[in-house]
Amino acid sequence: MNELAITVIGHDRPGIVADVAEVLAGLGANLTDSTMTRLRGHFAMTLICNGPAAAGVEAALAPLCADGQLLATVRQVRPETGAAPAGEPYVLSVHGADRLGIVAAVTRALAAAGGNVTDLTTRLSGALYLVVAEVELPAGAAEQVSGRLAEAAERLGVEVTLRPADTDLL
Amino acid sequence: MSDRAEGATPTPPGGSGPDGRGDAPAGALGGWRVEELGGGQVRPVVRAPDPVLSRPGARVDPTDAEVVRLAADLVATMRVSPGCVGLAAPQVGVGLQVFAVDVAAHPKAATVHGTFVLCNAEVVEASRWKAGREGCMSVPELTGDVKRAGRVTVRGQLPGSGAEVTLCTDAFEARALQHEIDHCAGLLFLDRVGGAHAVYQRKVYL
Repeated sequence: MNELAITVIGHDRPGIVADVAEVLAGLGANLTDSTMTRLRGHFAMTLICNGPAAAGVEAALAPLCADGQLLATVRQVRPETGAAPAGEPYVLSVHGADRLGIVAAVTRALAAAGGNVTDLTTRLSGALYLVVAEVELPAGAAEQVSGRLAEAAERLGVEVTLRPADTDLL
Repeated sequence: MSDRAEGATPTPPGGSGPDGRGDAPAGALGGWRVEELGGGQVRPVVRAPDPVLSRPGARVDPTDAEVVRLAADLVATMRVSPGCVGLAAPQVGVGLQVFAVDVAAHPKAATVHGTFVLCNAEVVEASRWKAGREGCMSVPELTGDVKRAGRVTVRGQLPGSGAEVTLCTDAFEARALQHEIDHCAGLLFLDRVGGAHAVYQRKVYL
């Protein structure tokens, strides 16, 4: 079996997930982790599957894309062995007037301190741009990261908060 | 805060809460009534990313006539805004620590103090933290899951007399107070959302 990275993006309509999942099931491709959402009206699926060769899966998805409304890609990826070392979980929130380079600047500040983004959402809502990111920071790095983020925020004219993630478990 | 609370019937301090819910502790507001403020004028509500929403508000003299007028205007603006259960001065473009709250008609409210305005308010005790969905008139198209204390003690001053009051409340009124006190500190609910999947596009504004 191959581990496959599949993306399907396009004009939203009822039935995209059903159509794609049916094709994959028909090929014996087992859908493992996935995330699917609407991004500014486009429907976007990103998934990892275990299945046959990538080229065959992409060919089987091609009829769904024939009308030009959907774009599907399938690539083989190397299975990840073991999770990356976990840091301390934080939630980063950035909001302000929309401008070019907000995500680039704040994620560079994180990366420079060894911070790893594990989940990130952006929203453009009228004039307001919002970034919420879940990040893992090296132990003890939060203070330094906060400083770098504050500098980036100052340059961009946006508001930044970095808070420890809520890790309450039952 | 933005859940529907239209048609609220102000609950007199110590009076019966609607639907037999918990009453406010008698005299928590020292007999203060919103009518003391006089009629206010509706002011336009500003939206993020207006910088006034991200600046900590200044402390006020609650006996200042301008502050009393601001308090009346906040109540008036809150009352004409569908679903509005609280409004802070920065939301009408004024960087001061004043806000109005009225959760009386909200189904998630338990303890209810009716319509009131606080100046220079602060949370002095907080417990029973719980996540819940919040919206905001200044962020009209988004909502988010925010963890707040389900039980708080808040100290502040009443506009007009300047009397210091301490309110103990819970549930939705506690959440509304924390949301408004955040506004007065230059914070939005967006600064406290729980994670990347805790922000939602609002489908209808109410």
